[in-house]
Formats: sequence, C-alpha cells, structure tokens
Amino acid sequence: MIRSRTLDILLGIAGILILLGLWQLVTSYELISRAFLPGPAATFRSLERGIVEGALLPQTWATIERMLQGWLLASVVAIAIGSLIGVSSTARAYLQPTLEFLRPLPASAIIPVAIAVVGLSWKMVLFVVVFGSVWPTLLATVHGFAHVEPRLVEVSRLLQMSRLAFIFKIGLPNAVPDILAGMRLSLTVALILAVVGELLTGELGLGTAVLHASRQYRADDLYAGIILLGVIGLVSNYGLALADKRILAWKS
Amino acid sequence: MTAALAKSWRGWLFPVAVLAAAELWFAFNPILSDTLAPPSKIARDGIAMLFDGSLLKATGQTLVSAAAGLLIGMVSGTAAGFAIGLIRTAERTAAWVVELLRPIPSVALIPLALLTFGYGYRMEYSVVSWATFWPFLILTHNALRQIDVRLIEVSRLMGFGPLKRIWKIMLPAAAPRLFTALRLSVGLALVVAVTVEIAANPQGLGLGLMRSQEELQPGRMLAYLIWLGVLGWAINYFLLLFETRLFAHRTPHGGSTTP
Repeated sequence: MIRSRTLDILLGIAGILILLGLWQLVTSYELISRAFLPGPAATFRSLERGIVEGALLPQTWATIERMLQGWLLASVVAIAIGSLIGVSSTARAYLQPTLEFLRPLPASAIIPVAIAVVGLSWKMVLFVVVFGSVWPTLLATVHGFAHVEPRLVEVSRLLQMSRLAFIFKIGLPNAVPDILAGMRLSLTVALILAVVGELLTGELGLGTAVLHASRQYRADDLYAGIILLGVIGLVSNYGLALADKRILAWKS
Repeated sequence: MTAALAKSWRGWLFPVAVLAAAELWFAFNPILSDTLAPPSKIARDGIAMLFDGSLLKATGQTLVSAAAGLLIGMVSGTAAGFAIGLIRTAERTAAWVVELLRPIPSVALIPLALLTFGYGYRMEYSVVSWATFWPFLILTHNALRQIDVRLIEVSRLMGFGPLKRIWKIMLPAAAPRLFTALRLSVGLALVVAVTVEIAANPQGLGLGLMRSQEELQPGRMLAYLIWLGVLGWAINYFLLLFETRLFAHRTPHGGSTTP
C-alpha cells in the first residue's frame, strides 16, 4: 500500500520531468520557432525575474483580487436569490425555464452590453465577473432547495415554520453540498472573466500583462504569465476542494 | 398533458412579461438610447440581419471555428483518455501533469494563439481545442473506469486481444458517457469560440456583438445576444434529444443495471 503510494509520487514527478524534457527537446531542436515557444529555462528565468524584481506581483494580486471580489459578490447574490426561488415551487415553475435558457449563454457575450451600460472600465470587468459567476451557484442553490428530503418539508409544515425559518434551518443546510459545488464552478468562471475583462480594458492584471507580452513578442514573459494564471486556477481549486472536505465532513 | 401545458405556460410568462415591460417603458420614455433598445426594435434589427446575410455569415464563422476546435479536442482528448484509462502506469505518470495543466484558463492562451497564428480561424480553434481537450480526457477516463469489471473478465475468458477488447467491449460500454462528454463540450466550444471573438479575433458572432456596441446599435447588439442564446439552447436541446434516443435502451447514465 505504502509502496504503491510512493510509486504514485515517483511516477507523478516522472510525468512532470517528461513534460519538461519534451518542452526542452522541442525548443532546442526549434521544432517550433523560439519566437512562439521559448525554452523552459528562459520561461522560468522570466518568471523568477518577474517575481523577484516584483513586476509580476501587483499584476497577479490585481487579477486575484478581481476574481475573488466578483466571486464573493456573485456567491452572496446567487445564494440569496437562489434560496428565494428555490424555496417556493411556484417561483421555480415561473422562473426556472428562463434560468435554464440563460445558462448556456456565454457569459462573455454580456461584455458588449456591459460596455454599453457601464463603460470600458474596471467597473465593467467587475460587473461581468459577478454576472457570469452568479449562474453556477444560483442554479446549484435552486437545485439544492428543490431536492430537500420531502419528510423534512413535512416536518417544517407540522412545526408551522415560516418561509424564512425554513430557508435557514432546513433549506440552506441541505443545499450546502450543491452550493459548494456551484461555487467551485463559479470561481473558475470568475477567473476566466477577470482575464477576458483585462484583455479588453487594459486594467492592471495578468491578462493585460500577457497581452502586452504577446504584442511585444516577449514570448518568455507571455509563458510566465500563463503559468501564473494556471497557478491561480490550481491553488483556488485546491483551496475550495479542501474547504469542501472540511465543511462537508459531518456528512460522511 | 394539461399539466405539461400549464407548466410551459408558466415558464413563458416571466420572459414575456419582461419583454412587455421593456416595450412599454420605451413607449412612455421615447428617448433614443445608445445602450438599450425596445424588444420591437431588437426584433426588427434581428430580421434585417437575417435577410442581409450578416447574421448567417457570422454564425457560420463561429460554428466552423467551434466545430474545428471541438474535433481536435475530441480526437486528442479521447485518445489520451483511452491511454490513461487502459494503461495503469500511463495514468499515474499523467496524473500530476493533468492536475498542473488543466487549471490553466483557456482565455489565458488567447494572447499566445494571437502571437502564434495571428487573427483568423486558426487562433480561434486552437484555443477551443485546448478548452475541449480536458473534458474529453477526464470523461473518457471516468467512463473506462466505470466499466463493469465482469465485462473485462468475460472478454479475457473469451480470449479477446487488446484491440478487440477495446472495440467490442470498452467502446460500446463507454459510449453513453462519451456522448455526454460530447454534448457538454459542444456548449463549451461555442462559449470559448465567442469569447475568443469578443476578446481578440475579429470575426463571427463575437465580432458582431462588439461592433454593434461600438457603432451604437443596441438593437443589433441585443439581437446578436438573443440569437446566441437561442443557438446554444437549440444545440443542447437537439443533442439531448439525440442522446436519449440513441441510448434509450440503457440506464440514464450508462451504468450497470444490476441493483
């Protein structure tokens, strides 16, 4: 058992080494022009330079801040509206078809509308991040409320609970697993929309940094930025997975 | 029957009410807005765009990019999924690489695709193929892992070689899940294609949206937006219909039927 676990780690490391080796091979034989694909060494030097000299840090923080702000705001809005819709089967009957229709709509498609209404600024980016990352959590909350154990609903009737008491005492606790799953999806969407917003507005952030690197043919800086964006995605995903485990520990 | 009718009737009420309210608001506030337009104007602009061909041309460009990227993502993702699903060592070697590469947001690659390919179809479908590669990889892997072990044992007993085992046993058993992966990825491909067009690539529906906004044509902009919603909804609806027809004889998620 322990040996198999050790083997997993060794093979995992081997996989990453193979990836880096392939990357090195492709660049040293220039299978892809170095203008488009710099070697791993050049990329990590650029990453190190950006972090040590500090040019990349404010951009990274700006993107993280934008993502988290929008996501938190969206989560609050989504859970509130989702609870109100989810708690009443009448509201669900009237609103859910509309929600289902809006869901597959690309969140980025709202960007032109947001530019028209809010203008090309950081407010527009925040609006788009919030608007886009509301949907997964909102639909998950509605779903969680719609699938509360019927006997619990009966109990709440017998106890003559008010709607509000039902939301806080039965609905929300039951919907927590759904809500957390929705919030994880929302965080991914928030990062994507934060980057798209930066690409369009030129606000301080990694998206803008990467775009400038591309315009100025600085491929190593471009890859460094992409790696940082990947790290943000990875860390936020793991952080939420960990939080999920903690919060849902009582379930298992 | 009546229940279904009543349900759909209630579902329609909210959007219709919103449209009516918007129309009324514009009727009583007859200002020329640069940002929003009454539903009647959106409908007129939408019909005009349909007849002058611009809507169909933009739709074609977006769908071609989305489909090309989806095809590349599907073939490479399914192949990689089979590799890690069938070979235990490959699965363990790829595990960390997948964990590291998958969280890279597809939109982060837009500047890279722009640098490498310039404007056009190639930059768009390359980003779409990256985005759709991962769901195919993960869902193929999952589909293979959930195949009933007894099926594999039977194929061993019957002396099937590895190729025959894949073709006769694994592919059919995994098919429903693979189709679900396809349905989810079609939606994703459309979303990513439009996002690339909005962020950088001057073509397709994304460009139509951005240009209408720049030209202060809110009617056209909102017509594009609604059309995009209808398109995404319709594609998903028909794939879902196709899926239930195709795999109607199976359990909903293709799992084992034994209790």
